[in-house]
Amino acid sequence: MNTIQSVLLSCRKVAVLVMGTAAIICSSTVMAAEAAHVLIIQDHRFQPAELVVPSGKKIKLSVENRDSTPEEFESHDLNREKVIAGKSTATIFVGPLAPGRYSFYGEFNEKTAQGVIVAQ
Amino acid sequence: MFATAVIVFREVLEAAIIIGIIAAATRSVAGRSRWLIAGLAAGLAGSALVAASTDAIASMASGIGQELFNAIVLGIAVLMLAWHNIWMSSHGAALAKSAKSVGNAIRDGQQECSILLVVVGLAVLREGSETVLFLYGISTSDGSGASSMLLGGLAGIVGGVTAGYAIYAGLLRIPMRWFFAATGVLVLLLAAGMAAQAARFLIQADILPSLAAPLWDTSVALPERSIAGMLLHSLVGYDPRPAGMQLIFYVFTLAAIGLGMKWVSQSHRTNHHKGTA
Repeated sequence: MNTIQSVLLSCRKVAVLVMGTAAIICSSTVMAAEAAHVLIIQDHRFQPAELVVPSGKKIKLSVENRDSTPEEFESHDLNREKVIAGKSTATIFVGPLAPGRYSFYGEFNEKTAQGVIVAQ
Repeated sequence: MFATAVIVFREVLEAAIIIGIIAAATRSVAGRSRWLIAGLAAGLAGSALVAASTDAIASMASGIGQELFNAIVLGIAVLMLAWHNIWMSSHGAALAKSAKSVGNAIRDGQQECSILLVVVGLAVLREGSETVLFLYGISTSDGSGASSMLLGGLAGIVGGVTAGYAIYAGLLRIPMRWFFAATGVLVLLLAAGMAAQAARFLIQADILPSLAAPLWDTSVALPERSIAGMLLHSLVGYDPRPAGMQLIFYVFTLAAIGLGMKWVSQSHRTNHHKGTA
């Protein structure tokens, strides 16, 4: 097989992959669950500190930072990190989650900003 | 103070490792220090800008601006690193033969330098903007001990830079025969790790499906916050709980750059043989 043939072949592979990805993207955005679960950051604490969500479906978190300082929502259990500027709200998608407890924290104020998401 | 030092250290370490590897990989390029310093300065200026406009970036694209921004920055860096590696492999044969011909091979490396400047700038931009925000938050909080916190931040920066320099110095000790192969592999893994991180941001923004999340969980054996976990995360993109999509991005990037390098070095060799025959 010469180079040109192998280039053509891999081009075709890439094209198939791109098309497949596009199809998956389209289907996933259609499926996106739109009911947002609200978390509030105030005085470097999360409210509620324990948020109950349904397991097995995609979760839309809406995190509202009422402090004037920025905070970074971070969770190793959920594999998520997002900076939230002071006085602003951020959206984070997580899941679908298996039933269990997933802890998260505010990296900029770790001492006080601790919370857990419970998937049931 | 210690907590602050650790957070800043983590951010700085990631950028410092990237800069250390790139500084080593371009050891023989004339005037690369100037380029590296320019990239660093541009990155720092940019991170202050990004930090200041966090609000604006975040509210773009209906709340997923930050993820898109991060994914685009990472994507550009991946492309630049890919270009660097493929360009280097076209000169690989000459470089491996003797260190002397390196100068000739890379005399046309000015363009190459501008590419790496972009990678350095982007690395500093991404990690720096978070550090700036974090330190800003501390310095404006009315709590006492802001000065000790900032001191911690300084300690973190010094620690991160030291680690990056240690990697650079360690790479320079590799014998010339294997040096370009070694830095080539490091840059390749760096690019794949960045691609996987970009995928994670796109999953977080609900633009890409996660495809099995997590694919595996090694957070107990090797947590991401341990020193080894941090180093591996920066070097090869280690993630204790990756989503399937992240692995696809990782493997695809490895394969694409690896194949590109192979083709270029092969076609370069055949041209070379034809020329001397």
